[in-house]
Amino acid sequence: MSNVRLVDENGIRTDGRRLDELRPIRLEVGVLSNADGSAYIEQGKNKIIAAVYGPREVHPRHLALPDRALLRCRYHMAPFSVQERKSPAPTRREVELSKVIREALEPAIFLERFPRTSIDLFIEVLQADGGTRAAGVTVASLALADAGIPMRDLVVACAAGKADGYIILDLNDIEDKEGEADVPVAYMPSLNYVSLLQMDGQLTPKEFEQAFNLALEGCRKIYELQKQSLKAKYLAIKEAVEEAES
Amino acid sequence: MTSATLSRIRQNQIAHLIANGKRLDGRGLLDYRPINIEMGLIEKAEGSARVSLGKTEVMAGIKIEIGEPYPDRPNEGVLTTNAEFVPIASPEFEAGPPTEDSVELARVVDRGIRESKAIDLEKLCIIPGKKVFIVFIDIYVLNHDGNLIDASALAALAALKNTKIFKYEVKDGEVVIQPGFEELPLVNYPVAVTVADIGGKLVVDPWLEEEEVMNARLTISFDKDGKICAMQKGGSGALSPEKIIEAVKIAKDKSEELRRLVVKNA
Repeated sequence: MSNVRLVDENGIRTDGRRLDELRPIRLEVGVLSNADGSAYIEQGKNKIIAAVYGPREVHPRHLALPDRALLRCRYHMAPFSVQERKSPAPTRREVELSKVIREALEPAIFLERFPRTSIDLFIEVLQADGGTRAAGVTVASLALADAGIPMRDLVVACAAGKADGYIILDLNDIEDKEGEADVPVAYMPSLNYVSLLQMDGQLTPKEFEQAFNLALEGCRKIYELQKQSLKAKYLAIKEAVEEAES
Repeated sequence: MTSATLSRIRQNQIAHLIANGKRLDGRGLLDYRPINIEMGLIEKAEGSARVSLGKTEVMAGIKIEIGEPYPDRPNEGVLTTNAEFVPIASPEFEAGPPTEDSVELARVVDRGIRESKAIDLEKLCIIPGKKVFIVFIDIYVLNHDGNLIDASALAALAALKNTKIFKYEVKDGEVVIQPGFEELPLVNYPVAVTVADIGGKLVVDPWLEEEEVMNARLTISFDKDGKICAMQKGGSGALSPEKIIEAVKIAKDKSEELRRLVVKNA
């Protein structure tokens, strides 16, 4: 299928990872001062920033829902985020991803607490290197939490897939493009619910099950990092206060 | 695709019945509505089909043109899929630019066909790097009564099955069209099956009112060898991992039934 070798004879991938190894992840919460909530993620070469505005008055007003908040989501890639400049106009891919990301986060949010308002979520991909929808969900969920929006659980996402016949975790760009399959999954670990699931490529049902379980495994690891990053913001504030007082 | 037109009583009734293994229209949980497929009804299109799934009706038309290949795939034809939610199909549909739902529909149908490598795109190359056939799949929703994805995927497959390409010759780097037609090189038969989680149970082929009640849906496309070639979760709810594995099993069995309606010997 492809001429590129993605996994060598020792089971090591093009970027030096093992089959079930995540890329290095850095998470930061509260990175923009204007937004009600914001967060930043670096996952390998992916660099994505998310901002939440709301709950706030809905514009245009007729979109307001009588019994719950309206969640709006825009996934967008910066023109400079990929090798060939991407036009800033939304592509069909971005329209679809905005929808599936919104549907991945909706079940986690207590939307019914904020009738007639909107919660507007913006995900800007500054640099893309495969798996941006998953990283986008992970960072968006942190931005929602940072905005103080009550949630049933954090939503965390990770992809698994298949390359050179091996089931692998957290595909990078070349593995996504040249590999045999890609399965992005969003998960609420404490509730044990999956809120985003897509697949492209070719997998037998058995291989799918392996990849799916591996993705859930990856989600659980990133979940720990998510919680740490949320706590880190408040620890930093606490230390600053203590220092001012001493 | 939700609307606020369904009363709470009706919603509860639908969910309650399904929790007890029954459906409002009398179907079993794992039964499709009656399916009817007509092929080749648009003479001016290179391929066409009309599929009805109960009251849901979808038409797919295939047009073939000559154009340029993608620079990174100089030896392959091009496949593009589009879906139109024309206002005749539902009081909810409005004329205008594509909606999120129509973009999703087109992309899920496209993914099944593309990832199963249903069309041998290399056979659609005329002059490498310069001229190839472009296959346009246009999905036209005529009547929306739920489960547009499965109906559209089936219509697209049936339309591709009866697609003919005009014969041609290359003379001095120019393509000259010749009399007569050849079959489109269709080498795989992907079928999409949508499973919905309603009232804690899984059902196939949700109709419109069930879609308004469902927690979430999962569409799984299988190729002719029983491999999964596309998946899409939709709806604003979530599913447990166990439910997902169960849905895959249900969908695999159903996909074989559906495929036999289009391809007799697959």
